[in-house]
Amino acid sequence: MRRLYNFPGGVRPKEHKRESTAAPVARAQLPDKIILPLHQHIGVPAKPVVNAGDRVLKGQLVAEAGNNISAPIHASTSGTVLAIEDHAIPHASGLPAPCIIIHTDGKDEAIIGYGKPRDAGILTPEQLRHAIKQAGIVGLGGAGFPTYLKLANEGKKVGTLILNGVECEPYITCDQMLMRDHPIDIIMGLMIMQRALGINRAIVAIENNKPKELELMQEAIYEVGTPDIELVQVPTVYPAGGEKQLIQILTGKEVPSQGLPMDIGIVCHNVGTAYAITRAIEHNEPLISRYITVAGSVAKAQVLHVLVGTPVSHLIEQCGGNRKTLSRVIMGGPMMGFALLDDEVPVVKTTNCILVNSVVSDVPLPSRGDFALPCIRCGACAEACPAGLLPQQLYWYAHAKDFDKVQDYNLFDCIECGCCDFVCPSQIPLVQYYRYAKSAIWQQEKEKVVADISRQRHEFHKFRQEREKHERELRHKQKRQVVEGQSTQDDKKSAIQAAMERVRKKHEHSEVSPKNIDNLTEQQQKLIEEVEARRKKKLEEIKPENNQ
Amino acid sequence: MLLKTSTSPHVHGDTTVRKMMVRVLLALLPAMVAYCWYFGWGLLINITIAVATALGCEYLMLKLRQRPVNPFLSDGSVVVTAVLLAFCLPPLAPWWLIILGTGFAVVIAKHLYGGLGYNPFNPAMAGYVVLLISFPKEMTVWLPPFILSELNFSLIDTLNAVFIGVYPAGFTLDALTAATPLDLVKTQLSIDVTIAETRNAYAIFGDFGGLGWEWIGNWVFLGGVWLIYKKVISWHIPVAVLASLFTIALVFYLKDADHYASPMFHVFSGAAMLGAFFIATDPVSAATTPMGRIVYGIGIGILTYVIRVWGGYPDGIGFAVLLMNLAAPTIDYYTQPRVYGHKRS
Repeated sequence: MRRLYNFPGGVRPKEHKRESTAAPVARAQLPDKIILPLHQHIGVPAKPVVNAGDRVLKGQLVAEAGNNISAPIHASTSGTVLAIEDHAIPHASGLPAPCIIIHTDGKDEAIIGYGKPRDAGILTPEQLRHAIKQAGIVGLGGAGFPTYLKLANEGKKVGTLILNGVECEPYITCDQMLMRDHPIDIIMGLMIMQRALGINRAIVAIENNKPKELELMQEAIYEVGTPDIELVQVPTVYPAGGEKQLIQILTGKEVPSQGLPMDIGIVCHNVGTAYAITRAIEHNEPLISRYITVAGSVAKAQVLHVLVGTPVSHLIEQCGGNRKTLSRVIMGGPMMGFALLDDEVPVVKTTNCILVNSVVSDVPLPSRGDFALPCIRCGACAEACPAGLLPQQLYWYAHAKDFDKVQDYNLFDCIECGCCDFVCPSQIPLVQYYRYAKSAIWQQEKEKVVADISRQRHEFHKFRQEREKHERELRHKQKRQVVEGQSTQDDKKSAIQAAMERVRKKHEHSEVSPKNIDNLTEQQQKLIEEVEARRKKKLEEIKPENNQ
Repeated sequence: MLLKTSTSPHVHGDTTVRKMMVRVLLALLPAMVAYCWYFGWGLLINITIAVATALGCEYLMLKLRQRPVNPFLSDGSVVVTAVLLAFCLPPLAPWWLIILGTGFAVVIAKHLYGGLGYNPFNPAMAGYVVLLISFPKEMTVWLPPFILSELNFSLIDTLNAVFIGVYPAGFTLDALTAATPLDLVKTQLSIDVTIAETRNAYAIFGDFGGLGWEWIGNWVFLGGVWLIYKKVISWHIPVAVLASLFTIALVFYLKDADHYASPMFHVFSGAAMLGAFFIATDPVSAATTPMGRIVYGIGIGILTYVIRVWGGYPDGIGFAVLLMNLAAPTIDYYTQPRVYGHKRS
């Protein structure tokens, strides 16, 4: 038995996992439209390789990776590309983003070679990584980091692979059902990861509230795994499935602040990712579908096998939810998920749960009250914080917009797990304050960069002006020296006289005279004289003042 | 269709300030009953006057400060302040004394500093200390246990005493009152009577502390343990207060048992138990980091002992708490816990 370590804090919200695990996993019905956002992963967006009007087949590449930190996207079913345009996407900002929209034809016709078994045993680690990259696989636990990047082991830094099957958030059950349905494929995926990394040691971690899946996974390890793969039950505490917390539980080590697990020789992957790798490597299927829990105020909570790009509204209807009475729809779990602005958004590669709230039975869980009392400094948040932070102090300084102090209290070590918020008796939306402070600080830093550039530009401008002025003065000085050499006071006087003479002559010879004063009536003449008199008077009035 | 949005987490653990405050009051209930058992109806009258005053002042201040009345008035914090203050006043304290103390606690110590969550000093103790300094005579009219029941001092008699200062025929206030054990030890020591002699000479001592007082202390202790179990308070402050008070008392007791009372006497006398579990743990004015709470508690324990033994007042909890309130922000700053992923120092 492995010795387990504790992480500080954590909370135990009601699990609500039974509702969606009673029924077996069903296939989601084919929607009319598939919406594939080009940016479903961490990194740069994918670049479309199809055009509107093209017919695409299931598994066909529709967008290629933007650069090395990106992931390609494949059509989840056959159909016609309707458009490549901005569409609402599942993002906390609620802003639309470019998507490939496919009108499905219901034939679900696949490209040649799709699903064809292949012998993966002959592939080198480099080839494995390449194939995983081409299959568009990203971390399916939620972050969506391109997986192949986390399977490189340069300098043999990584010694331990952790497969995360903890799934600690309430309601979410997709990984649980995946482990129930496909334990062998998951373990095979794990072994492909081991080969890509060139390591033998692996730990599979599952929360002890899933005894059935623990047993199935253990059997799968006996069947296809190696003795180096260790299955570990971890206690059911939220957020035991957080990467940093899981590493702490299993090894007692901590990922350095602002660092990566790789810095301490560990790499973590999700069980869903392992399954996707098996499908990609052994069966030549790119990542086009996944398990998603649909729970909350729906007639039938269950886990669905869903094509990436299926609209959320389609899934809600299939599970017997009434779209007319929706109040909130949360993508992800109740602790870290985000509320959708619109239920027409598609599910993406990283979507694990759709939590439906309706006006009929709003929030199946007690939610935070609308009115927040002031912080009473009870410290419940600090006791619940798995990162060892002082949330009350972070709140205090974030509230006061003291962004230096809030960083002194290590704001950027906050993982936004929501434990502090969950336990706060004053019902303060703490995480919201931290997000606000973080984005404000990012904004300030961005502005600082811009300000630095413009300051440099301004300084250069000033320098240039100075230089030009200096050069001009130098030129003038030289000219003056040249002129002064020959000119005298008399010359100047005669020059002026000559000029005046020229002007006088010009006037005499001039045939042009103002015409509008030629034929004036008596009245007009009188008026002009009056004006002239007034002006003279005024000039005389002003003159003595000017002389003073 | 457009949906309602909210930011994560979307679920709450259902703890509220009101629930915490109600639990604090529930935890005090056994001690209240015991108090009445030993010292008569006085406490209940104190509490009634104090709570009514506190609610009135809270309402007034919220209105003046243009704050929403309902959520703040119903959070229960002002009731806890009033009950704790009432607990610290003599059972036959005159009504105006209670109103004055509660008014000061709520209006000045709480609201003028910003209200719930912003007051640097424990309001109950601020009110108590103001009364102790301003009205030493009224604040020291303590009763020996059971005297009222022995003398059939009824509820009506108590009401008369509190509100109009009239006692039944044959009674005078001086005849009823007696010094508390802490006070007695202190005055007797000043005239060179050893502690053992004092204990033998007077019938107000129990097994450890004062007769009656120590049983109230026991109930306070049990209520406090229940609060820790219910996670309303953490163990750090009460353990630190009592352990430090016990330890420092033990050191001096072992050195000179004739002139320094036993550690058990200190722990079970006066407001030590109430202070450790219910007063020092007021979250708003206490330190909040785990290490900080221990430092804060030790400070209170030691200051209490110092004031009791060498200071001018028989009990020092109130002053000790206020002094440490002042130090809490600094303590917090220097006792930040290590954050995940940062080097162990």
